[in-house]
Amino acid sequence: MEAIVVQELRKRYGEVRALNGVSFSVREGEVFGLLGPNGAGKSTTVRVLVTLTRPDSGTASVAGHDVRKEPTAVRRTIGYVPQDSGVDGFGTGRENLMLQGRIQGMSGRDLRDRTNELLELVGIADAADRVVRGYSGGMRRRLDIALGLVHRPRVLFLDEPTTGLDPEARVEMWDEVTRLAQAESLTILLTTHYLEEADRLANRLAIVSQGTIVVEGTPGELKALLQGDAVHVELANGAVDQAKDVLAGVGARPEQVIDGRTVVARVENGGRALPGIISALEGAGIVVESVSVSRPSLDDVYLHYTGRDFQSEDRGE
Amino acid sequence: MTVARHTWFMVLRQARNLMREPIWIVMMVIQPMVWLILYGQLFKNVTRLGGFGTGSYVTFLAPAIVVMNGFFGATWSGMAMISDLEHKVVERFLATPASRLSIVLSQIVRSALTAAIQGIIILIVSLALGVRIHTGALGWLVIILAGMLVNSAFAGFSQGIALLTRREATMIAVANFVGLPLLFLSSTMIAKSQMPHWMQVAAEFNPVDWGVRAAREVVLPGTDWSVVGWHLLLLLALTAVTSAWATRTFRSYQRTL
Repeated sequence: MEAIVVQELRKRYGEVRALNGVSFSVREGEVFGLLGPNGAGKSTTVRVLVTLTRPDSGTASVAGHDVRKEPTAVRRTIGYVPQDSGVDGFGTGRENLMLQGRIQGMSGRDLRDRTNELLELVGIADAADRVVRGYSGGMRRRLDIALGLVHRPRVLFLDEPTTGLDPEARVEMWDEVTRLAQAESLTILLTTHYLEEADRLANRLAIVSQGTIVVEGTPGELKALLQGDAVHVELANGAVDQAKDVLAGVGARPEQVIDGRTVVARVENGGRALPGIISALEGAGIVVESVSVSRPSLDDVYLHYTGRDFQSEDRGE
Repeated sequence: MTVARHTWFMVLRQARNLMREPIWIVMMVIQPMVWLILYGQLFKNVTRLGGFGTGSYVTFLAPAIVVMNGFFGATWSGMAMISDLEHKVVERFLATPASRLSIVLSQIVRSALTAAIQGIIILIVSLALGVRIHTGALGWLVIILAGMLVNSAFAGFSQGIALLTRREATMIAVANFVGLPLLFLSSTMIAKSQMPHWMQVAAEFNPVDWGVRAAREVVLPGTDWSVVGWHLLLLLALTAVTSAWATRTFRSYQRTL
C-alpha cells in the first residue's frame, strides 16, 4: 500500500522553476527521505503534499486522498512539522498541544491523556506548563513534532527536522524520530540537507536536485551502485588529464574532477590499490598534494549523480 | 458550527496570551479613560456653539469615545496577525482542518471583545463624571455594540492588510493614514451642524460616524430607535464584507508559500 504517491509535480514561482517534474512514492510504514541542497525543491514538495500550496501541474495523493480535490481529508490524516517552528511562543507547551488537538477535533479526556502522553514521549513533560519562549531550540523542536502527532496522524511530514540544532541535539532527535516511527507506526516523509541524517534515518531516499529527483533507493542500494571505494587524488600542479591516464592504467576508474585539481577515481579496494596508485603517479612525475580513500558515502552518490559537490551546492555556490 | 468552534478556541488562545502581558492590561484599562478625560476637559466649553443636543459635553462625548476607542483598536488589530504569520503559527493552522475564515474571525472577535471591555470601562468612568444614559440597560448595550461593530468592520480591513503586506511597518503606516482622518470626518468630538458642509457629507459615508450616531442616539434626549437600528445594520453589513475580503486575501498569502 502506498502512503504517498507523487506524479510529475511542477511548480514555478515567477521565473524560478521550483519543481520540474517530481515523481516518487512512499510505502506505508516507511521513513522516506528527500535529500538535497537548499533550494532543490524539497520544501516546496512538502508544501504541496500538506495542502499549503497548489502545484501548477501534476498529481499527488496522501493516504489515498488527492491533495487538490480533498484537502480537508488530507489535513485530517497528516501531521506537519514545518521547517520554521510554528509554535505559539506566548503559550505553554501544553496549551499549544491542547489547541492543536481541539482544532483536529479532539476533546475531553482523550485530548488530555494524549497531550500528557506526547509530552512524555518527546521528553518535555517537565517544561509542559512553561511558556514556550523560554524553551531551548531542541525543546521547541520536540514540541513541534508533538504538535504534528497530537491527532495520531498516519503520515508525518518533517521538513528539515534538525536544522538549527546543535550536533548533540541533532543526534538525540534522530533517535527520537526512529523511536516515534515505531511507537506510532507512522509513515514519515522527511526532508534534509544533511547526508548523514538521510543515511541514519531513511529506509529509502530520493536525491533532489534543481526541482527533479535524480536517483531513488535505499541508502545501501545507492552506495552499492557506486561499486567500490573512492580515491581522491589532489594534484599540486593541476595535471589532471595526465593523472587520469595514469590512474586508468593501474585499474582505477577516474570519475570526477573537483575544482580542477582533485581527481576522484573508483577502485575495488582502496587500501590495497593505494600503494600502486601512488608509485604510478610518482613514476609519471606527477606531484601529489594529498591522497585519501573513502568508503562510498551519500556525498559520493550525490557527486556521482549530479556532477556537483554537495557541500558547495548547499552553500549556493 | 466547526468554524464557530475553531474560532472560539483561537480566541481563547489570543485572550490567554494577552492576559500574560501585564503592561497590555494596564494600557487597555487606562487608555480609554485618558481619551474621555482629556477630550472631555479640552473641549468642555464647545457646547456653547449649539447643536449638541445637551449642555454637558462629556455626555455628548462619552458614547462617541466608546466608538472611537473601538475604531483605533481595530486599525492596529492586524499586528497580531502579522506576528502569527511571522512565527509561522498561521502556516501550521493552514495544514489542519481549521478554516481560513476561523483564523481571520478569531482575530476580529478578539479585537471586538477588547473593544467591549474597554467600552464598559469608559461607560463606568463617564457615569462617575455625571453622564446619565436615559435609555438604561438597552442604551448601554447599544453603545457597546456600536463600539464592537465599528471595531469588527475595521478589524476585518486591518486583517486583510496584514495578510496582503505581512509587514509591521506597512501596518503602522496604514493605521496612521486611516486613523485621524476618519476621526475628524465624523461627529465624534463635535456636533454635526458645526462641521463644514463638505465634511458633513463625507461623514455620511464614514463607518466611524455610523457607530457614533447609533451610540449617541441612546444618550441624548428624543432617542429615535430607527436611527440606531439602521446604523448598526450598516456596520454589521460592512463587517461581513471586510471579513470576507480578509479571508480572500489568504490566497495572496498562500501563493507565497
